[in-house]
This record gives sequence, structure tokens and C-alpha cells, in this order.
Amino acid sequence: MSKLWDKYRFLLARRLVQLSVLVLYFGANAWGWKILQGNLSSSLLFQKIPLADPYALLQIFATGAIAAADVIIGAVIVAIFYALVGGRAFCSYVCPINMVTDLANYLRRKWNLDKFEKKWWASRNIRYWVLGLSFILSFLLGTAAFEMVSPISMMHRGIVFGMGFGWAAIVAIFLFDLFVLKNGWCGHICPLGGFYSIIGRYNLFRVHHNQPNCTLCMKCKEVCPEKEVLYMIGKKSQMVDMGECTLCGRCVEVCDDDALYFSIRDFAKKGDSHES
Amino acid sequence: MDKNRRAFLVSMAQNVAIAATGAIVWSAFVDEAKASQLLLRPPGARKEDEFIKLCIKCGLCVEACPYDTLMLAKPGDYKPLGTPYYIPRDIPCYMCEDIPCVPPCPTGALDIESVTREEGGKKVFDITMMRMGVAIVDIKDCIAYWGIQCDACYRACPLLDKAIYMELRRNERTGKHAKLLPVVDPDYCTGCGLCEHACVTEIAAIKVFPRDVALGKVGEHYVKGWQKKDEERLKGSKGIGTTVTPRSKKSAVESLNEGIDFE
Repeated sequence: MSKLWDKYRFLLARRLVQLSVLVLYFGANAWGWKILQGNLSSSLLFQKIPLADPYALLQIFATGAIAAADVIIGAVIVAIFYALVGGRAFCSYVCPINMVTDLANYLRRKWNLDKFEKKWWASRNIRYWVLGLSFILSFLLGTAAFEMVSPISMMHRGIVFGMGFGWAAIVAIFLFDLFVLKNGWCGHICPLGGFYSIIGRYNLFRVHHNQPNCTLCMKCKEVCPEKEVLYMIGKKSQMVDMGECTLCGRCVEVCDDDALYFSIRDFAKKGDSHES
Repeated sequence: MDKNRRAFLVSMAQNVAIAATGAIVWSAFVDEAKASQLLLRPPGARKEDEFIKLCIKCGLCVEACPYDTLMLAKPGDYKPLGTPYYIPRDIPCYMCEDIPCVPPCPTGALDIESVTREEGGKKVFDITMMRMGVAIVDIKDCIAYWGIQCDACYRACPLLDKAIYMELRRNERTGKHAKLLPVVDPDYCTGCGLCEHACVTEIAAIKVFPRDVALGKVGEHYVKGWQKKDEERLKGSKGIGTTVTPRSKKSAVESLNEGIDFE
């Protein structure tokens, strides 16, 4: 039992948070609960505290529109939270697409697809291009451009307000991640992930690597959705310093040698973390 | 050195080309998605282009509506994705006096000011100020225009005798009956759609359309001589314009004599 807890505690926590958020939003729409109303784009916590997607708000600004104070306050609250706690914790703990892509990844490992598939190479920087483009397109088209096509919003709104043809977008992402490109959506394309990578660049919570314990089994790299952030594995003791880390904690769980652990940002070693 | 520069330029060009291709596909999709015009927005909604800039698609207005009137556009609805709208024939707007849907809007896409007026120094909500759309009567399919008595829309209207009034007209066919005809006054009609909802015909003979789609505009140089100070509208206008239509391109005499053989 304790082994189960050791190996899956963050995964369980993530699924619990993801599902609770969905249930709370769903309950607000279906049964009039007043805990968390709205959706991931903008919501109201306890009927008082506004919360809003800062990326969506920036797109609105890019169209040239001036939004009301509520949404700005909400976006600032969310931005500060993820800047402190860890930008891409949103991706692994809140975003509903995460469950879809994690399933694709799980099946990939189960079916050994990595070994047999025809390899495509795609830069993980595409998301920053998409991020930049979304602002240019928002300006040119006069509407929040990514919000018009975002499968994250489609899935989330779909669960809370009714799906329509939204399931097609979810299936597309699932198949893309499963058969076309490993971690294709979350790791390469999604501009929201890119946005939170930037916001969370200097967050407090970090995965740390203790090199002497490492046996180079590479289980962490196998399971990591952003394995480029684990470049220091087996090489040196250091914290994971890249914003792309989603803080999902799978690497910490799968490590049998206690070489990885969560802790507060290591300010002292910040200097040498950029070497090598 | 030269080779490096070439490689750099080529890879830059590649990136830009990929980005441009993606951007074109993406923008075509978005442009298509927001093109739908025949859409009725919630109370207090700003003009469609402003609205679509501001709406963050959170659905707080949808949740606030006690009658489930509002919906968020889903993929497959062929409407701007995630934005709120309503179909009055299914569920009309019941014009709640406390307008629960407007204040929750976090971005101001639904403008509280547009449904607020001052009364004795205090600001009060006034749902009759909203202009979501305007009802249009299809006089060929409205059975009241056939001479059958029906006042379903008139009775359903929350602004009865203002937004819809009944006009009395002699029934020329029988010569001894009257027709009671529903007529919409766009000055009062809010576009709530209770009339469309109540209409007894198979497809409603009175329908709500967005005001931009349904209403015309006379232009500045038509002045109501019977209204006091109406000429003052001309003040500040840049000279009296002339409306050009295909018909007015030729002179009146030319136009009248066209096609006539005088021999």
C-alpha cells in the first residue's frame, strides 16, 4: 500500500485536482453551485474572487479592446499564483487535455510505439511561435485567436456546458499524440503551455536531482513529458531550472533511488545551474 | 562563414514559411468562425465586433440566466465558438427586472451602462433599454393578416401596446369585417423574442433579428418637417448628401423615357 502511495501520489493528486475542478464547474452550471462558477477562461470563486486566464486576457488586449477591471484582477491573481507555484503546474494539475495526452503517452509506452514508429522531429519551440502568432492574429482578426480554436477550452467548455462536435478535437489530439508525435500537443504546439513556461520560469517549487543517488536507469526520462528539462540526470546535482517543467512529479515517483525530490527553489545554486 | 550565413538564412526562411502557412490556415478558420451575423446576443451586449473582441467565453452569463435562455456556441453550431447566444423560438429572454446575466460578465462585453438609467439620482437597472434585436412580422404568413383573429404575439409582449400594437384595418375581402394586425415599433422592441416564442404558426411569422440586420437607415438629409427642431440634425453635417442608388444615376427624364420608342 505504501508502495502504491510512493509510486503514484502525485499522479493521484493531479487526477483528484483535475476532476474536482471539472466537477465544481459542472456543478455550478448544472445545479447552481456557488463555489467555482464559469470556466477556465474566467470564473468566480465563492462568488467573490475573480479568476481569469491571463493568456486569454492578453489576446483580448491584442485585439485592441479594453477589458473591464474584474477580468484584469482575475488574470493578475492567476498569473501571480502560477509565477510562484510553478507555471506549468496548470498543465499537469488543471488542464483537462492533460488526461487525454497522458493516456496517449501511457499507451505509447505500453504498446512500445516509440520503438516502432517512424520518427518525426519537431522543435519544442513551435509553441513560442504559436504564442507569438496568436497575438498577431488576434490583432489582425479582432478576436482572441487562440480562444477560437483552443481544444483546451473546447474540452473544458464541452464538459461544463455541452460538447457538440468538440469531441472531434479531443480525438484528434489523442491520435496525434499517440501515433504521430510523442507529446505532440502539450510538448510542442500548445501556446498556453508556452505561456505558462515563461510565467513559471522563476517559480519557487522545483524538482531537484541528487546525482550521487542516480543509477542512470532513465525511468525518469522515459516518463517525463518534457524530458529536455532533465538534461542534468546522472551528470550533476542540480535543480530542474527550465520553465517547461510541468511539475507533474512523475519523475520523482518513478525514481527507485531517491535521486529526485521536490523542494523549494535552490537560490544558492542558481549561479552554477546555467553552466555546462 | 558564407556557408553558415546561408544555412542560417535558409533555416530562418523555413521557420517563417511554416509559421506563415500555419497562420493562414488558422486565420482562415477563425475568420470563418466569427463571420456568422444572424446571432442574438445576451442583454447589454456591445456591437458585434466589439463584443467578439471582449467576450472571454466564460459562460457566467449563461449560468446566471434562470430560464436557461442563453447557450454557449459549441463546435458544430456554426457560430463563433464559445460565445453566448439565444434562440427565442426555443427559449426567449424573459426580461428579468434585475438582469442577472449582465453584471457577472467579467470583461465588459455585456455593458451594464447600456441597461442602466438614473432615477432620482440613483442608478437603476432598466431591461427595457436593452436592444438585443428587433421583431419583424412576415405579413404573408401571419394569420392575423389573413383576417383570422390572432393576437398571440401581442399578448406575449412584455411591452404590450408599445413594442407591438394592433392596427385596425378594414377587411376588403369580406367588406364587413376588420383585421387586427400586429405591428412592431422598433423604438421600443427589445428583441426578447417572447412574441416569436408565442407565435402559433408552424414556423414563427414574427421573428427576431439582430437590429443591424433588420433595420434600415434614412440618411441625414431627410428631415421630418413636422417634428420640432428636427432640422437641427443637419447641424455639423458636411453639406447635404445625396443618396446614390442604381436608379438615381441617370437624370429623371432620362430614366423615365428609357426604352420608349418615340417614332
